[in-house]
Amino acid sequence: MAKTYDAGVKEYRDLYWTPDYVPLDTDLLACFKVTPQDGVPKDEAAAAVAAESSTGTWSTVWSELLTDMEFYKGRAYRIEDVPGDKESFYAFIAYPLDLFEEGSIVNVLTSLVGNVFGFKAVKHLRLEDIRFPIAFVKTCMGPPSGIQVERDKLNKYGRPLLGATIKPKLGLSAKNYGRAVYECLRGGLDLTKDDENVNSQPFMRWQNRFEFVAMAVEKAKAETGEVKGHYLNVTANTPEDMYERAEFAKELGQPVIMHDFLTGGFTANGGLAKWCRKNGILLHIHRAMHAVIDRHPKHGIHFRVLAKCLRLSGGDHLHTGTVVGKLEGDRASTLGYVDLLRESFVPEDRRRGIFFDQDWGSMPGVFAVASGGIHVWHMPALVNIFGDDSILQFGGGTQGHPWGNAAGAAANRVALEACVKARNEGRELEREARDILEGAARNSPELAIAMETWKEIKFEFETVDKLDVA
Amino acid sequence: MKATISTMGDYRTTQTLETFSFLPPLTQQEIYDQISYMLSQGLTPAIEHEHPAQSTNHYWTMWKLPFFGEKELGNVVAELDACHRAYPDHHVRLLGYDNYTQSQGVCFVVYRGKTW
Repeated sequence: MAKTYDAGVKEYRDLYWTPDYVPLDTDLLACFKVTPQDGVPKDEAAAAVAAESSTGTWSTVWSELLTDMEFYKGRAYRIEDVPGDKESFYAFIAYPLDLFEEGSIVNVLTSLVGNVFGFKAVKHLRLEDIRFPIAFVKTCMGPPSGIQVERDKLNKYGRPLLGATIKPKLGLSAKNYGRAVYECLRGGLDLTKDDENVNSQPFMRWQNRFEFVAMAVEKAKAETGEVKGHYLNVTANTPEDMYERAEFAKELGQPVIMHDFLTGGFTANGGLAKWCRKNGILLHIHRAMHAVIDRHPKHGIHFRVLAKCLRLSGGDHLHTGTVVGKLEGDRASTLGYVDLLRESFVPEDRRRGIFFDQDWGSMPGVFAVASGGIHVWHMPALVNIFGDDSILQFGGGTQGHPWGNAAGAAANRVALEACVKARNEGRELEREARDILEGAARNSPELAIAMETWKEIKFEFETVDKLDVA
Repeated sequence: MKATISTMGDYRTTQTLETFSFLPPLTQQEIYDQISYMLSQGLTPAIEHEHPAQSTNHYWTMWKLPFFGEKELGNVVAELDACHRAYPDHHVRLLGYDNYTQSQGVCFVVYRGKTW
């Protein structure tokens, strides 16, 4: 039915607020926490967000009449109060699938968290969750290997994997750095990691680091009989440099490389993930810059969205925080996005901050990585919180051992295995933590010393970004 | 905690066999507990064995077939013992197949080979 052109500024809600709309299974759904400017009604603010993140602009244009805007427009279809917050509200928006290029996380984010975040009618805006329809999920490659393939490659079953970031994070020469890697791995860690800040600085160029680390990994493998690896950070300033580094890691026969998906960007990440799938190399993902984007409760993007995007873009591990360590992280919320990384179907659960059912279909899962300020005393809680499909990384908690890295690694490995064994025996890890660890330490002087060293360290601060609960 | 050069321990690298190999050898009761856990998780028990010289290979030799549908702890224990008697020089490991993830939910060495 032909319409007539009526130039001028209309209220967004006339076109983009559709409370009767029933979302389609193929729609991409988003939940925003909207804090409007004073005097802007909720439905108008929600409609404005829908419009500005999809087809709309501030003024009607004649060329809209050349297409079917009803087919392409995003729609605000529901508004909900935020518990305990009078100023903000949740706006639910449905976007038709055809607004997005197949398999492109970059394209989705450019629309959903593009210009709209600077839009004047809203004071703050936070993207809380996205429901990716299975039709879109199936167009994404996802993790290059995924949890099960990685377990098979590394031959590690029935327990979390154990890792450490090599410290000091900056300033070591390549040969000394390789030494630190070797000591950690021979002592019982499965994996070590380049710090995210380590790229190719003057004190340690990447080629040298890769070569010495490869020697360390191979020696530890031969001596322990276990599969070992080190995440070689290939994050670089240009894609060409990144691929050159990845190729060299492969040439050295190394099993795993690493990328920083936010500072590197989703285009780099998608490309590298594809390269890893093609070359059979595992991809560890660090998340530098995430707290800039996700920490403020009223503005930005919640980490659960970034985690979903990473699973779609491709990565085999992702840092999730520890709940118990030195970095921010609410327990229920963290468990929510850990499920989003690993499970094949995650139901809506507001108590864990999950706003939509999410069906992942056959997409492989991503290992949750807990890293930052954790030590042996945290082990029972970590095993309980994160379960087997996780990588527990003790940097200072390994290399700060009074006897050095190998003893620190052994202490953590003994503690880990003792906790897994106790869990399988039906013991309650967090309640019986002291008993379990002290029992294990009777057969491990390394663990006894580690427990003595870190007995006083706690990180107890209030979480800044709490879940909105009544 | 300060360690002086004389109080500091030396960590000796050892050959290890993945999960539970950093703990003292499991007692009979501890092995039973782990088998019970595996069965309660709905995993299919299976036994593999290999000579220590070959034990870094991914594939060890299967003892019979995985015990599909097995729920009895005693039957699993009897097979572990039979495998150990038949191959006393070999490592014997127990694994639990998970047919949903197509992975192993549990895997640990129960008997270490005599020569190891």
